Amino acid sequence: MGDFFTVSVLVATLASGIRLATPFLLAGLGETIGQRSGVLNLGVEGIMLMGAFTAYYIALETESATLGILGALAVGAVMGLIYAFITLVTHAAQGISGIGIFLFGLGFTDLLFQKQVGTPKPISGLSKKTVPVLGDIPKIGEIFFQHNVLVFVAFALVPVVWFVINKTTFGLNIRAVGETPEAADTLGVSVNLTRLATIVIGSTFAGLAGASLALEVGIFQQNLTSGQGFIAIALVYFGAWRSYGVMLGALLFGIVQATVLQWKTLGIVEGAASSLTAMAPALLTIVVLVIVSRRVAAPAALTRPFDRSA
Amino acid sequence: MSQQSATPPRRPANALVRPLIGLAVPVGAVIVALTIGAIMLLSLGANPISGYAALLDGAFGGWNELADTSIKAMPLLLVGVGICIAFRAGVINIGGEGQIIAGAVASTTVALLVPDLPRLILVPLVLIGGAVGGGIWGAIPGALKAYAGVNEILSTIMMNIVAAQFLSFLLQDWLTDKAAGAIKIQQTERLSASADMPLLPGGTRLHLGVLVAIGVAVVGYILLFRSALGVRLRAVGHNPDASRYAGMPVKKSIVQALAFSGACAGIAGAVLVFGSESHRLIADGGSAGFTQSAGFNGIVAALFGALHPLSVIPASFFFGGMLTGGIALQQELQVPAALIVALNGIVVLFVVGSFKLRGRLQAWAESPGDGFTAAVSDPLDDADQTLQEASDG
Repeated sequence: MGDFFTVSVLVATLASGIRLATPFLLAGLGETIGQRSGVLNLGVEGIMLMGAFTAYYIALETESATLGILGALAVGAVMGLIYAFITLVTHAAQGISGIGIFLFGLGFTDLLFQKQVGTPKPISGLSKKTVPVLGDIPKIGEIFFQHNVLVFVAFALVPVVWFVINKTTFGLNIRAVGETPEAADTLGVSVNLTRLATIVIGSTFAGLAGASLALEVGIFQQNLTSGQGFIAIALVYFGAWRSYGVMLGALLFGIVQATVLQWKTLGIVEGAASSLTAMAPALLTIVVLVIVSRRVAAPAALTRPFDRSA
Repeated sequence: MSQQSATPPRRPANALVRPLIGLAVPVGAVIVALTIGAIMLLSLGANPISGYAALLDGAFGGWNELADTSIKAMPLLLVGVGICIAFRAGVINIGGEGQIIAGAVASTTVALLVPDLPRLILVPLVLIGGAVGGGIWGAIPGALKAYAGVNEILSTIMMNIVAAQFLSFLLQDWLTDKAAGAIKIQQTERLSASADMPLLPGGTRLHLGVLVAIGVAVVGYILLFRSALGVRLRAVGHNPDASRYAGMPVKKSIVQALAFSGACAGIAGAVLVFGSESHRLIADGGSAGFTQSAGFNGIVAALFGALHPLSVIPASFFFGGMLTGGIALQQELQVPAALIVALNGIVVLFVVGSFKLRGRLQAWAESPGDGFTAAVSDPLDDADQTLQEASDG
C-alpha cells in the first residue's frame, strides 16, 4: 500500500481517473437531458458500443481520429432517431425497448468487428494535448490540463448543459415536458418534438462517449463498454438530474476505476482479488442509489409516454 | 362506451379474432426483424436464402438438432418464466444474468459440499440450491425497491456486474480447480457425477433440465393465474395504489415477485452447470460464455410469449432455435453468430413496439364502429401499462 501514496503515483491516478471519467460523463450528460424531458433511454450502452466501433473502424481505415469522432456522432444521432420513433410513435415501454437497443448494439458491433476487422488491430487514437500555460503548472497541470481533446470537450459540456437546461427557452420546454407534459402541451409546447430533440442530443452524446472510450484505449473488442453505459444511467440518478452532480459522480467512478487499475499495476491486489475490487463501482452505485432514492424526486413524467387523446 | 346502449346490440365477436391478432402481430414483428436480418446478411456478402436455410437446418433439421435447440431453449424458458412473474407484478427484472450466476454458484457449492449423496437426492438438491441462490440475488433488489425506493432496473443491472466479478473471483480462488495446478483456468473441478443431469432416453444430448424447465413453466402458470398469491402479485402490478388501499402488502409482493423471478433464473444456473458437457462451472473469457446471455434473451422470449408462462415454452424454443441455428450459420457461411444477438435486439424493439398496435387492432376488429383508436383493455396492454408505470422508479 505504501507504494500507492507517493506524489507521482497519486498524480498519475488522478489524471487517469479524469480520463476514465470522460465516457461516463458524456453518456451521463446526454441521459440527463433525455430524462429531464421524461425519457429514459436504457439503450445508452448499445449506442456507446455503436459509437465506439464507428470511431475505431473509421480511425483504423482513414487514420483520422477526427473523422472517427464525426462518424460516432452521426451514428449516435441515427440511433437516437430510431429510439425516438420507438418511444414517441409506438409508445413502447422504455425500460424494455432500451434493452432491445442494447442487444442490437452489442450484437451488431461484435458482428461488424469480426467481419470487418477480425483480429484486434490497435489504432493510434487521440494524442494528448497540453493546455498552454495551465498545463505547465507542476502536478496540477499534469492532473487537469494534459488530456486528449474529448476530455476537455466533456468537461466543457457540463456548464453548457447546465446553461441550456436552466437558462434557455429550450431548457424550460425540456423541464416542462418532463414534469407536466399536459400543461406544456396546453401552452403550445410540442411534447414529442421536444423529446425528439432531447433523445437525439442524448444519443449523440452517447455515441461520442463510445468514441472517447475507443480512441482512449486505441482498440475495439466485443462488449468494449462492459456496463459503462448502464453505470452512466445510474449516475444521472446519483447526480439528481443535474449536470454538476453527474460530473461529480463520473469523477468518483473514474477515480475509483483508476485506483483499482493502479493497485493492480503496483501489485497491491493480485489476480483473484482484482475481480473483487472490480465489483467496487457496481456496489458503490447500489449504495449511492439507496442514499439518493428517497431524497430527490425524478422528473415527474419520466417514462410516461404522452398521448394527447388520452 | 356509454352510448353502447343506444346502438344496436354488438354482433357476437368472433372468439378467434383476438388470439389470432394476438399471434399475428408478434409473428409479423419477427418477419420484419428477419427481413432486416436478410438485408444484413446480404450486406455481409452472404446469400440470405442459404443463410436462413442453414439456420433452419441447424436449428430444427433432425433429432440431434432439435435436442440441441431444446437445450438452448431451456435457460431462456426458465429465465422467461421468471420474467413473466416479475413483469406481471410490475417489477422490471433486468438481473437475470446475475441471478443465473448466483444460482450456479449456490448449486455448485452444494455439489462440492455433499458430493457423495445418491443421485436421487443430489440432483433435486442442486436444483433447490440454484433456486435459493437466484432467489436471494433477486430478493435483494426487490427489498431495495420496496423499502428504500431504489429503481430496480438500475439495481438489477448493478447486481449483474457484482455477480459476474464475484464469479470470476471464485473461479480464480475459492472454487478453482485445484488439480489444474499452475495453469489458471477459470473453472471448478469436474463436479460430482451424482449431480449430473440424467440424460433422457433417445440417444440425444437431451437431459432432465429440459423437463425441469417445462415443469417450472407450468408451476409459474399456476402461481400467476391459478393461485391467490398470483392474483395479489398481478393486482399489485396492475395498480399498486388500489392494491395498497385494498389492504394488500405491496412491498412484500414486490420482494416476492423478484425472489420468485430470481429463483427461476437460479434454477437455470444450476441446470447450465450440471447439464453442461464439462460438468464444471466455467467462466470462459466473460460471464456471457457461461450464461449464454440467457438473462437478457429470456426477456426476449418472455415478451414474445406475451408474458404468459405457457406461451413462453414455444417462444423460447423458437429463440433457442435461433441460437443453435446461429452456430450453423457461422460454420457454413462464416457469418458471426453475433448476428443473432443483434437480431434478438431488433425483435425486442419490434415486439415491444407492436404492443399498442395489437391492442388497437383487436379492439377495432371486434367493433369497427368504435374507431381505430378506441380505448382497449387487454391483459398485455395492462402489462405494458404496468411496465411504463413501474419504470418510474
